[in-house]
Amino acid sequence: MSNVAYSIVEPSTRTKSVAAALVILYALLTMVPLLWIVLTSAKSPPDSISYPPKVVFEPSMEGYCNLFTTRSRQTEEYIQSLPPAESTCEVIARSRNMVVAGSSNYLPRFINSLVIALGSTFVSVLFGTIAAYAFSRFKVPGKDDLLFFILSTRMMPPIAVAIPIFLMYRSLGLSDTWIGMIILYSAVNVSLAVWLMKGFIDEIPREYEEAALVDGYTRLQAFIKVVLPQAVTGIVATAIFCLIFSWNEYAFAVLLTSGTAQTAPPFIPIIIGEGGQDWPAVAAGTTLFLIPILIFTIFLRKHLLRGITFGAVRK
Amino acid sequence: MKDNLVGFAVKMAPAAVATRLKGLSDRALAWLFIAPTMFLLLAINIFPLIWTIYLSFTNYRSNRPNAEVSFIGLEHYQNILSDPDVWLAMQATAHFVFWTLLLQTLIGFTLAWLIDRRFRGHDLWTTVILVPMMLSPAVVGNFWVFIYQPQIGLFNYAVSFATGISPTAFEMLGSVQLAPWAIIIVDTWMWTPYVMLICLAGLRSIPTYIYEAAEVDGASKWRQFWRITLPMALPFIMLAVLFRGIENFKMFDMVNLLTNGGPGSTTEVASITLKREAFEKWRTGYSSAFAIILFVTVFGLANIYVKALNAVKNR
Repeated sequence: MSNVAYSIVEPSTRTKSVAAALVILYALLTMVPLLWIVLTSAKSPPDSISYPPKVVFEPSMEGYCNLFTTRSRQTEEYIQSLPPAESTCEVIARSRNMVVAGSSNYLPRFINSLVIALGSTFVSVLFGTIAAYAFSRFKVPGKDDLLFFILSTRMMPPIAVAIPIFLMYRSLGLSDTWIGMIILYSAVNVSLAVWLMKGFIDEIPREYEEAALVDGYTRLQAFIKVVLPQAVTGIVATAIFCLIFSWNEYAFAVLLTSGTAQTAPPFIPIIIGEGGQDWPAVAAGTTLFLIPILIFTIFLRKHLLRGITFGAVRK
Repeated sequence: MKDNLVGFAVKMAPAAVATRLKGLSDRALAWLFIAPTMFLLLAINIFPLIWTIYLSFTNYRSNRPNAEVSFIGLEHYQNILSDPDVWLAMQATAHFVFWTLLLQTLIGFTLAWLIDRRFRGHDLWTTVILVPMMLSPAVVGNFWVFIYQPQIGLFNYAVSFATGISPTAFEMLGSVQLAPWAIIIVDTWMWTPYVMLICLAGLRSIPTYIYEAAEVDGASKWRQFWRITLPMALPFIMLAVLFRGIENFKMFDMVNLLTNGGPGSTTEVASITLKREAFEKWRTGYSSAFAIILFVTVFGLANIYVKALNAVKNR
């Protein structure tokens, strides 16, 4: 309505094309590092460190193979005495005088990331939704202070919280466990969940539940059968935001996990090959790690603004 | 149709019925719904915070859990505030926060203004530009280590291509002069979209009729920008700056992976100092005091943020 076509303030065609050119230039530039990650993941290690940097190269599975396997160096005689290689990765390894010795830790770390992100998302969205409903619909004494308190927990530097959590988890036996990380990430995300869900629930007209109450529903029934179905979009958007935050989190993960519950972000940077960092493998690990987020970002497009401002700006 | 009927039923229901149905049980339900969130935050945020305050007055070291702990009062606080290294860390943090905010605001606002010219396909390109900010700062930041490699890195190659300087003549991460800028570049690449998105919401909130009136009154485009566009978008810009300010004040993951505070301590921002004290030197008491000082600072910023947020909302 406000942007009426043919308005006198409609930018001129020339302004539009200049704006388009600049924005597209920026967009393309900003994609270069990401494109470089994907390209590097498909290079062989020698190609990845060539000078000048190669844009055209022969694609190789070596990065992905090195990501998922561990290899050991063998003598040529030993390799020749082996039966023919069965897998692509074995062929590549043998061409470098190595044999595949086993699988790497990438898959377990990826699974840890998945379990911890899903678990903490479930907890924070559940807690956040019911708390947001209470804040939205009931007279809670000191409501504004409570909401501010919930938000302020998010302002703490993670390292500052990590010191006592580290001590607490050590004495409770929660260090480096799924459940410990799920509790921690839930606490980090619940503030976002409360604030976002409160915005979404505020937008659902009260009349629906009030009608349900008149029809003899209890408050709880009205919440479950009337409000929740209306809040599905909000719940999904909030859940995706919580998922992304947990998935991307690094500070707590690197300080509080080392083995069994370590997630992918602290693991990917320490993928090393012979003689330093194996960049194609790192790139492969990064690519696989980023793909879920890319898909989610496209889903979230409409709610991005709300999510990143804790619901302060709703468009 | 059905919705209308429900709404009608509510309006027709006697007020007394509605009041009775929203009686005491609502209050119980409200607390029941808020309790899990509060419990989680008390356990994972407040209890640790109190513990940190307690530790900050002691000489406790978490690598010697059995050593005797004694109270030393405000000694740590005095030491920190008079420690030149801490002031260096604060300067490094201020330098990082100042330049990232300046660059992100300038580029972000410009981009938002260009996108708001509504050229064809602007929605698609906006989504492309938004991608970096959704990715894991740790995982993507880590890959910039590769991009910044002298000789083989894409960044050095591009600079050399553009200026003719030898790609081995400078090391972005290894030189005292360049390392602070290396992290500023990555942070700006990653978070400019964030500022852009909020600025875009600000620009879109300005009604077209204001411009039409200005146009009719014969105000120049330049004057319109300074008298209408900028003042009306300002609360949004402030919101973005405060959000990024708080986040960058806490910055840990990207810096930890790109430079780990080096070379020397040129990029040692506050969170890195805190990590070194707490998890490398194991000076738990000292680092707890530092954590409290940082938290108080961030909390101050958070208060300003909430005021700004209300200013935006009440417009």
